[in-house]
Amino acid sequence: MPKISISDATLRDGNHAIRHQLSKSDISIYAKAAEAAGIGMLEVGHGNGLGASSMQVGLAKETDTTVLSAARDELSNTLLSVHVIPGFATKNRDIKNAIDIGVDVFRIASHVTEADITQRHISYVREKGKKVLGVLMMSHMAEVDVLVEEAMKMEYYGAQGIVIMDSAGAYLPHDVNERITALRKELKGNVGFHGHNNLSLAVANSIEAINCGATIIDGCAKGFGAGAGNTQLEPLIAVCDKLGHETGVNLYKMLDASDVASQFVETVPIVSPTSVISGLSGVFSGYLKRVELVAKEFSVDPRDIFVELGKLKVVAGQEDMILKVALELAEG
Amino acid sequence: MMKKIKVGIIGSGNIGTDLLMKIQRSNFIECTIFVGRNLNSKGMKIANEIGVRISDKSIQFFIDEPDAVDIVFDATSATFHKRHAPIFAKLGIKAIDMTPSQIGDMCVPAINLMDCVDSENVNMITCGGQASIPIAHCIANTYKDVKYIETVSVISSKSAGPGTRANLDEYIDNTEKGLKELALCDNVKSIININPAEPSIDMQTSIFAYLEECDLSLLNAPIKEMVATIQQYVPGYKIAIDALYENNRLMVMVRVKGLGDYLPSYAGNLDIINCAAISVAEAMAAKIQLQRKDHA
Repeated sequence: MPKISISDATLRDGNHAIRHQLSKSDISIYAKAAEAAGIGMLEVGHGNGLGASSMQVGLAKETDTTVLSAARDELSNTLLSVHVIPGFATKNRDIKNAIDIGVDVFRIASHVTEADITQRHISYVREKGKKVLGVLMMSHMAEVDVLVEEAMKMEYYGAQGIVIMDSAGAYLPHDVNERITALRKELKGNVGFHGHNNLSLAVANSIEAINCGATIIDGCAKGFGAGAGNTQLEPLIAVCDKLGHETGVNLYKMLDASDVASQFVETVPIVSPTSVISGLSGVFSGYLKRVELVAKEFSVDPRDIFVELGKLKVVAGQEDMILKVALELAEG
Repeated sequence: MMKKIKVGIIGSGNIGTDLLMKIQRSNFIECTIFVGRNLNSKGMKIANEIGVRISDKSIQFFIDEPDAVDIVFDATSATFHKRHAPIFAKLGIKAIDMTPSQIGDMCVPAINLMDCVDSENVNMITCGGQASIPIAHCIANTYKDVKYIETVSVISSKSAGPGTRANLDEYIDNTEKGLKELALCDNVKSIININPAEPSIDMQTSIFAYLEECDLSLLNAPIKEMVATIQQYVPGYKIAIDALYENNRLMVMVRVKGLGDYLPSYAGNLDIINCAAISVAEAMAAKIQLQRKDHA
């Protein structure tokens, strides 16, 4: 069986759960624990990636430079990776700086139907000799043939692997099976899966992805991530061990890393009532914190906000629409 | 009525074709040449159907016929405009640059139209810049100590052509430069997001500002006045969310519905940059008319 590369997003997706307030010392202590556990890739930064600290999606406590440098200092075998969304991050302002700091892997992302906005960023990073993965966010919003076509574009641009994100936690195992199987058939490089737990299926969906040929699996310690949280790494590693999938991650050391994460995980993500509706509505998990705040401010039901956002087919990064929808609901 | 001033368009994609259709309605300018590289493109066919002369010789057309037009709209790409700009300057043709090349004087007609009338090269910044900078300008003029301004535009997937998609970085750089120059704030950020929802969404832009304190009532009159000014050249421009202030964050959202000339009305992003460019060309045309009258 091929080796599974574990991509740990605790220090990136986890930032969504605490409105991008991870501190430099949080980054340092967890990066050290991830290195000790044998994690393949460690993703670090604002929840929406490089250059995304903003009023729109949330101002980060630390700069990209601070958090990436802090992680760089702790990592030697574990690769340092970043999430990059063109439209937020630019080559000159953000990617160049990340290369200078010593980031190893660039995960260039777009909404599932918009892969062509990643072309110049993917080729730029390849030219600089760094590893590039293409990431298709909100992948449940496209039909399988469209998903495959967009993934093939990214591979053609130079991405060495393609990760599909279940950003809303909307997939059931058979959805994952259909998509990963189709991608495995058409792509030359690695295929990866990034789960969210809105319907309590993140680990099961990740195992389904592995069974269909995925070799990159994203997850977070304690499931610390947007909305109902991500695929929780502790049980994922345990299940992989039990099934005989080699991940290179030491289970006990992973559990130790989970204890380290307790120092900054204020609230362990749970499948809250609102998260269930968020998953069913197919809305970006990262909206949860803002939806809860805005719902309280305007005295509207957060579930109604998610249902309306789902009807509007909002994509990641449209946080301003939360306010618009809440205002409309409040006005009746 | 005065004779219309002759203008040309180079670049036969979404922007160029929509410009062509809008110019048909102008009382001050007429498009006498539509230039591209491929006579079979959709834009070329439209130009041909409405009786506008077409050429596939690209920049060479203007070199061969330097007196054909007084003003040219460059709707190619930033890379091409960098090559075209010195040629137009040498030929004495005024250039209105639709690309984010950062060469010419940045113009948002509602803010600095008259400052740009004499320029040899005017840059129309970006669609998001045309939508957001006027509001940012109002905010910066109303409150002292605006520490930070951010603009976020969402455009529909169908209205984002290949040029836009390949040039998101240039879009961001140019919008930020426009904000710095015309909204007079040093610390700025611009974000763009493409939304594929069906039916397509209208272009919308949010403007955020960081303020220690804020009396919202001060902003009503300046924004109302600004919106009225913009609506003179972009009828579909309106405030979608009135100014809100919470946690040091001031936010205004605007929405632009297009006139539906070439692309449907959701492509307010094309509409606003094109309407702005045409108002610049018309102001230039009026000036040229005056100068010729004096000569005569």
